Amino acid sequence: MKTRIMAAPYLVWMSVFIVVPLLMVAYFAVTTDKGTFTVSYLADVGQYTNIFVRSIWLSVIATAICLVLAYPLAFMLSRMKKHHQGTMLMIIMLPMWMNFLLRTYAWMTLLGNNGIINYLLGLVGLGPYKLINTSGAVVLGMVYNYLPFMILPLYSVMEKIDRSVIEAASDLGSDPRSVLLRVIIPLSLPGVYSGITMVFVPCISTFIISRMLGGGSNLLIGDLIEMQFLGNSYNPHLGAAISLVLMAIVLVIMTVMNQFSPDDQVLI
Amino acid sequence: MENIISLKDIIVEFDGERVLKQISLDIKDKEFVTLLGPSGCGKTTTLRIIAGFIEPDSGDVMFEGKRINSLPPHKRNVNTVFQRYALFPHLNVFENIAFGLRVKKVPEKEIVSRVGEMLDLVNLRGFEKRSVQRLSGGQQQRVAIARALVNKPKVLLLDEPLGALDLKLRKGMQTELRRIQKQLELTFVYVTRDQEEALTMSDTVVVMNNGRIQQIGSPTDIYNEPVNAFVADFIGESNIINGCMPRDCVVEFTGKQFDCVDKGFSPNETVDVVIRPEDIKVIPAKDAKLTGIVESVVFKGVHYEMIVDGVDYKWTIHSTKDEPVGSMIGMDVDPFDIHIMKKTKEGAEKAYED
Ligand SMILES: Nc1ncnc2c1ncn2[C@@H]1O[C@H](COP(=O)(O)OP(=O)(O)OP(=O)(O)O)[C@@H](O)[C@H]1O
Ligand SMILES: [Mg+2]
Repeated sequence: MKTRIMAAPYLVWMSVFIVVPLLMVAYFAVTTDKGTFTVSYLADVGQYTNIFVRSIWLSVIATAICLVLAYPLAFMLSRMKKHHQGTMLMIIMLPMWMNFLLRTYAWMTLLGNNGIINYLLGLVGLGPYKLINTSGAVVLGMVYNYLPFMILPLYSVMEKIDRSVIEAASDLGSDPRSVLLRVIIPLSLPGVYSGITMVFVPCISTFIISRMLGGGSNLLIGDLIEMQFLGNSYNPHLGAAISLVLMAIVLVIMTVMNQFSPDDQVLI
Repeated sequence: MENIISLKDIIVEFDGERVLKQISLDIKDKEFVTLLGPSGCGKTTTLRIIAGFIEPDSGDVMFEGKRINSLPPHKRNVNTVFQRYALFPHLNVFENIAFGLRVKKVPEKEIVSRVGEMLDLVNLRGFEKRSVQRLSGGQQQRVAIARALVNKPKVLLLDEPLGALDLKLRKGMQTELRRIQKQLELTFVYVTRDQEEALTMSDTVVVMNNGRIQQIGSPTDIYNEPVNAFVADFIGESNIINGCMPRDCVVEFTGKQFDCVDKGFSPNETVDVVIRPEDIKVIPAKDAKLTGIVESVVFKGVHYEMIVDGVDYKWTIHSTKDEPVGSMIGMDVDPFDIHIMKKTKEGAEKAYED
């Protein structure tokens, strides 16, 4: 009973700022201005399938790149001496201390047609290339901004893998590759799942990154939703409907993924 | 018999501290060798050298005549039962035991039968599907034994493999391990802190202290002919007294001279005199060179243990007959039961610190 009471402040917070707004979103999505029930807004979401596909696709790519970059780094980190781990973690977190907008602006000037990268390429007789306002730039922005969210959960599970378990595997005849497949990957799966969630969800709903690095041709779901509330195509009901569908998609993807992560399972 | 493993002048340092100080050890094929010594003396480190987890700072590790100093663990035909089990937390009991066989791509049918044998051996039938995280310490330890043994390696390294078991189970497993070792003709390098376990199971006992080997020998050699006071004290209880050798076959301690059988010391060399508690006979005080007052008597099952205060030294005596506390008794020892040992620095350290 005591512990339940301790959760009370959060429960109040959650109901006021999470549950109620969610219900309001759902309500807006299925009503008209006059308050009558309609599914036409939800049906309208279908027109934007291409934007949904693009958002999911770019987010999947960005998440995959994050995973590929973060996994070996996190493993290396987890095997370093304790005090070196702290320093390295700080270096990884350092960009996070800078404002998100500022970081993304920095990429604009780097990637611009007259930006630093093209200038440097020009010096060796290459380019200029179109770097900014491409889907590649959007993915880059996502990876750059959300990579730490992949590294941290991976690191925190890997750090708990006991060195003696790895030794036991090699003692039993596993070469380094087999140790990775049979021991390290299975034991780090929970971190992989939470890393994917922590990166994929913000990627799929971002609008600043696509706005600043993607130009007009790489509209994402986030931009679409924002336009319904703040843009000239003002339509909060459609905006709510799109948000609801997005939420459903994320939920489905996460549920499917959770199917793969029961604790007692073996990878091979 | 051939030497399957030879350690030659192995030195290991951690952070500048010397943990193994020139260890040399030959292990014969099919031999049951036990490393015995107090906590922190370097037993685990010695095993890790053989398993390949540590490369010695100097010296040679030989396996069947080949130098293997830097051969990685997975290429060595050696398996380890780890002191702290090191089971795979993501695998159940069956898969933990099957691990080595799966790595070697043994056919499924054979895996099932070999793991089954092991489960019977360590008494864990019915636990196949159980997660190892939901086992007791003793059960985990038995999984660790089965996981190593199932591979039938040439050499099995066991680091205090029975430490977490109760006495009855431990006795049973001791017999089983010994039987398996004989039957499969494996070489066992066994680590323990329990001298009784070492003496009952081994062909050869290696007594270690402080990163050095003190004595290598058969259990009877080690017990009857300890080379220094440390070994004598560590292997069973001993009375260890300061003495000196006025001449060959005569030793002086507690101010009196006694006949003994040792010779070859320089005149008046100071020595450790070691006398086993069961070798001291109780005789009437008036006939005795050594006398003392009985301070306490404890019944130990087979014998009485008496502490006798002899002014210069408190004697421990094992006898089948007890004497009243407070009475004055005499003590006698046969010359061949008086063991004379050269003083060694480390022997002295251990013998007099407790
Ligand atoms: N990785 C390490 N880094 C630094 N010192 C170590 C390391 N491993 C062991 N030591 C030190 O080396 C010495 C020998 O350790 P070792 O584990 O071989 O002892 P042991 O005989 O197995 O003891 P126990 O019976 O308690 O298991 C100890 O003083 C220990 O503190
Ligand atoms: Mg140890």
